[in-house]
Amino acid sequence: MAVWYSLLLVLGMSLFVYLGAGLLGLQAIFGIVVPYAAILVFLIGFSMRILGWARSPVPFRIPTTAGQQKSLGWIKPSKVDSPYTTWGVVGRMAMEVLLFRSLFRNTKAELTEGKLAYGSSKWLWLFGILFHYTFLTIIIRHLRFFTEPVPFFVQALDRIDGMLQIGSPVIYQTDVILVAALLFLLIRRLVNPQMRYLSLPADYFPLFLILGIALTGIMMRYFAIFKVDLLSVKVLAMGLATFSPTIPDGIGVMFYIHLFLFSVLLAYFPFSKLMHLGGVFLSPTRNLPNDSRMVRHVNPWNAPVKVHTYEHYEDDFRDKMIEADLPVEKQA
Amino acid sequence: MSQAPKPEELLRVSHIPPKKDWMDPRVDLIPGTWGYPGKASSLETLGLPNPREWNPTDEDWKLPPNWKEIIHEGLKERLEKYRSLKVFLDICVRCGACADKCHFFIGSGDPKNMPVLRAELLRSIYRQDFTMAGKILGTFAGGRELTEDVIKEWFYYFHQCTECRRCSLYCPYGIDTAEVTIIVRELLNLIGVNIDWILGAAANCYRTGNHLGLEPHTFKGNIEYLVDDIEEYVGVRLNPTFNRKGAEVLFIAPSGDVFADPGIFTYMGYLMLFEHIGLDYTISTYASEGGNFGLFTSQETMKRLNSKMYAEAKRLGVKWILGGECGHMWRVLHQYMDTMNGPADFLEVPKSPITGTVFDNAKSTKMVHIVEFMADLIHHGKLKLNPSRNDYLRTTWHDSCNVSRGMGMFEEPRYVLQSVCNNFYEMPENTIREQTFCCGGGTGLNAGEFEYLRMMGGMPRAFAVKHVQEKHGVNRLVNVCALDRAILPPLMDYWAPEVSVSGLTELVANALVMEGEHDRLTDLRGEDIPGMEGDE
Ligand code: SF4
Ligand code: SF4
Repeated sequence: MAVWYSLLLVLGMSLFVYLGAGLLGLQAIFGIVVPYAAILVFLIGFSMRILGWARSPVPFRIPTTAGQQKSLGWIKPSKVDSPYTTWGVVGRMAMEVLLFRSLFRNTKAELTEGKLAYGSSKWLWLFGILFHYTFLTIIIRHLRFFTEPVPFFVQALDRIDGMLQIGSPVIYQTDVILVAALLFLLIRRLVNPQMRYLSLPADYFPLFLILGIALTGIMMRYFAIFKVDLLSVKVLAMGLATFSPTIPDGIGVMFYIHLFLFSVLLAYFPFSKLMHLGGVFLSPTRNLPNDSRMVRHVNPWNAPVKVHTYEHYEDDFRDKMIEADLPVEKQA
Repeated sequence: MSQAPKPEELLRVSHIPPKKDWMDPRVDLIPGTWGYPGKASSLETLGLPNPREWNPTDEDWKLPPNWKEIIHEGLKERLEKYRSLKVFLDICVRCGACADKCHFFIGSGDPKNMPVLRAELLRSIYRQDFTMAGKILGTFAGGRELTEDVIKEWFYYFHQCTECRRCSLYCPYGIDTAEVTIIVRELLNLIGVNIDWILGAAANCYRTGNHLGLEPHTFKGNIEYLVDDIEEYVGVRLNPTFNRKGAEVLFIAPSGDVFADPGIFTYMGYLMLFEHIGLDYTISTYASEGGNFGLFTSQETMKRLNSKMYAEAKRLGVKWILGGECGHMWRVLHQYMDTMNGPADFLEVPKSPITGTVFDNAKSTKMVHIVEFMADLIHHGKLKLNPSRNDYLRTTWHDSCNVSRGMGMFEEPRYVLQSVCNNFYEMPENTIREQTFCCGGGTGLNAGEFEYLRMMGGMPRAFAVKHVQEKHGVNRLVNVCALDRAILPPLMDYWAPEVSVSGLTELVANALVMEGEHDRLTDLRGEDIPGMEGDE
């Protein structure tokens, strides 16, 4: 069910744009108002989420220790997996954010013939990382629409991405990999019974949305019937970037669908699980050093509690303590 | 009451989820997979809300009339107090990397035991009540209505998590379902929904200092029995002191080691070790429990129980504290104690009086783990050891969850074990060190009535042991956690018979050549040491 809802939602939105921008000619709304609104929602929403998290304190130091602690001088501590210095933490976070370190550990448990076996399982890591890096590359590549002159790194990226020189226009490797990775993530959710069981519409929706964005982009670029005028697109993009928006004529409707889906993604971002982009940096099990016996950590709300004091304890048991020859503070 | 089914039956577990949607909260309380409720008297001792007689199988759980409001306010307060909770509820992408990492899921096949879904049981309520998307879109955004059935579901599934953090290791964002479990158990405690094996122990710790409720004279008496046993098996008479002011070190062990087999052999080991090196130490009857059952109740209860350690160290005027072999005790000591009950500025930075080593890693807490302490002694050649006395043992090492994923102690115990025992074999790679598997009964799930699930949850650990048993003839599973010492023996009987369980210090003491000892014909268990009988 969840999967159909999400698919229909994305298709419905595309149809909506087709009607609005294509047939009714409301290009200004889809080309200017919607993108601006989406960016605004994204920026405000994103910051508010981060601030919301940051407002809650981290009362205790609770890193997941995935390696040897720092203890005796002759025992080699694990500087990154069980960091005890700031640099160690930076290293751990970098490995986490850039290389998906924890996911790389993934194993698969299998119970067969009365034996439990654990195999290394890196598919999710592989496609996860491919998805994220290709998506990032594609976003950076898009900067060429928003800049004049196009910065050298964007040009370089463009060239590397099209290195294989297949077809005309040159096929970007990232386009192919992105779609493949998205399909893997989608099919995994559908085929694996456990994944299917736990997946929510909120899991399928962003996949379809990004898939929609990717496919509309690809259609515009590679298929003649959907071709849009790139110069006009650049005029529109530059207009948005310089806050003097204009709507040039002759951009095909496919472009507006592409832009709209991306705007929806931006606006949806802060309210969804996509916020893991920001949250990963704030995760206390990863971003804290394992030094809680070396350095005192302060809890701003350290709760006052009622304790059973030694005095009370002795009052409760004094006679028995005396009889058992245990020292007491006060004689009976 | 509940007897676990035969191992063969348990092995038929299916990991295919049922047809029913997970959002439906109604649970079937399978016998043997849930604990008896907390007794009213225990709640009263601790001053916890809603003391009453009730039973999970009853329709009516006698919740306070405003229970919904209490949970809502409780959750709100905790969202403001813990960034971990907020972030963990918001950023899970349901990638499922954690799903087959939980021993309870592997063992039971129940999909709500996948860490991601376990957390989702709370997340769905949070979404509905605290997020904009949930308020507007409801179920579509993954929200669920908070009903009594949800409370029952929470009771069931959050007492099927041992807070072992194995899931957290694999999560790309470090989402720690143990944190979520801790919070949900706190919420449940706000309306008087809890289990007796935790609450009873916590109340006892509060009143008498230890979880069995041993009063001071009994506590001392028990240790004196151990002293008698040592005299019999080793031929040396020891004189431990209690509540003695001015000792250099206060020694605190989990109280399970004081009265329960096989922990007592570990305790005998502690006493022999201290005698051997001439440590100036004392044992407290007031702070007579290392294990902290508050961790499974609420942050406040944890703090109240833990506070005794510093209070007693101050009263007795010791220089620093030495802690015994325990799991949860060390999670609390390592990650919470200094923050909750510090600063311990009345103590000195721990320094081994025997080797002169300064324990910089415990500079602030002033609390050293006995395994760190022993490793240092052995490294400096301060112990006279005869490891061949342990030759009849073929050992493997169980990394206890808390000292592994909550502390990072991996090398010290291996060093000690290999110094006192010639036969050591590691279990398979994906089941040790940070990837270690829980015994299946931590966090107060060692109750008799919980046996069925414990055997399922302990299966991954047991299978790894069985593997080395078959391959290398391993017959002894060594660990540093008192709950492990209680939970693993029945687990081994069930899955890997003939493998016995012990603490590390027991093996150290077996190998220790004490001054004035007679011929050691038996080990600390009073059992003949094979190969030593010939000396008779
Ligand atoms: S591994 Fe982390 S992000 Fe993935 S499902 Fe589990 S808790 Fe969620
Ligand atoms: S903390 Fe341990 S028991 Fe709890 S969900 Fe995670 S893996 Fe399972």
